[in-house]
Amino acid sequence: MTGTARYAVGHTLAPRTIGPVTRTDIVRYAGASGDFNPIHHDEPFALSAGFPSVFAMGMYSAGLLGTYLTDEFPPSALKLFRVRFKEQVWPGDVLECSGTITVADGADVTVDLTCTRQTGGTAVQGTAVVSVAP
Amino acid sequence: MYDFTPEAGKIAEFARATGSANPAYTGDDAVVPPTFLTTAFLIAQPPGEFGIDDLGFDLKRLLHGEEEYVFHGPPPAAGTRLSVTSRPGPVSEKEGRRGGRMRFAAIVHEYRDETGRLRVEHRTTLIETEEKP
Repeated sequence: MTGTARYAVGHTLAPRTIGPVTRTDIVRYAGASGDFNPIHHDEPFALSAGFPSVFAMGMYSAGLLGTYLTDEFPPSALKLFRVRFKEQVWPGDVLECSGTITVADGADVTVDLTCTRQTGGTAVQGTAVVSVAP
Repeated sequence: MYDFTPEAGKIAEFARATGSANPAYTGDDAVVPPTFLTTAFLIAQPPGEFGIDDLGFDLKRLLHGEEEYVFHGPPPAAGTRLSVTSRPGPVSEKEGRRGGRMRFAAIVHEYRDETGRLRVEHRTTLIETEEKP
């Protein structure tokens, strides 16, 4: 079986479940990324801003989607990675990363990626172009 | 322009925080995960560089719209000194689905290695909503 046959249009990547997301997960991402916007870790601040609790950075879900992709394809094969932010992710959410090949164009494939919440809502939508050249 | 050198320990910490045990992200020759370079401006951007505050947006009505990374060749490895430039990208407006005008603006970051080669182009798109979100 060749690499391109394995990644034919319609091929789906094995999904990955993450969570329930904890405040510790959010704080761990804050420390790793340098994003110390208090809305993501300071509960009294988040409440005073009208939110029911702290919520995760969009880049947390985007990061989950990014490393989910590179567990399937080598990091060196990545040519393009784009994410669009849709819904906020809250403590207690259970997320699922999934991906489908939508274009198989010679040496490159396009992968549509989604990070969904347990509600069915989409947290982050992504697109990647990955080289599958031997 | 400013310098940002991804550190091996910081890459491993980031990979763990984003749910990955991929060996490509640990050890001295670790490479950056797909979204890692967004940390450059948070960790290393000095005052005076083009950033979110320069868009003229009301930060209380600011949403994060999109992030895009274009990799030219393999992702930068730990220890690669990257010089980063940040400049304004395109600006646009449209009507939101629930009514109200939305303004879009982008910041474009370019990361070049020690040889001057462009390694990564990175675009952050931000949205200012008409109503407080």
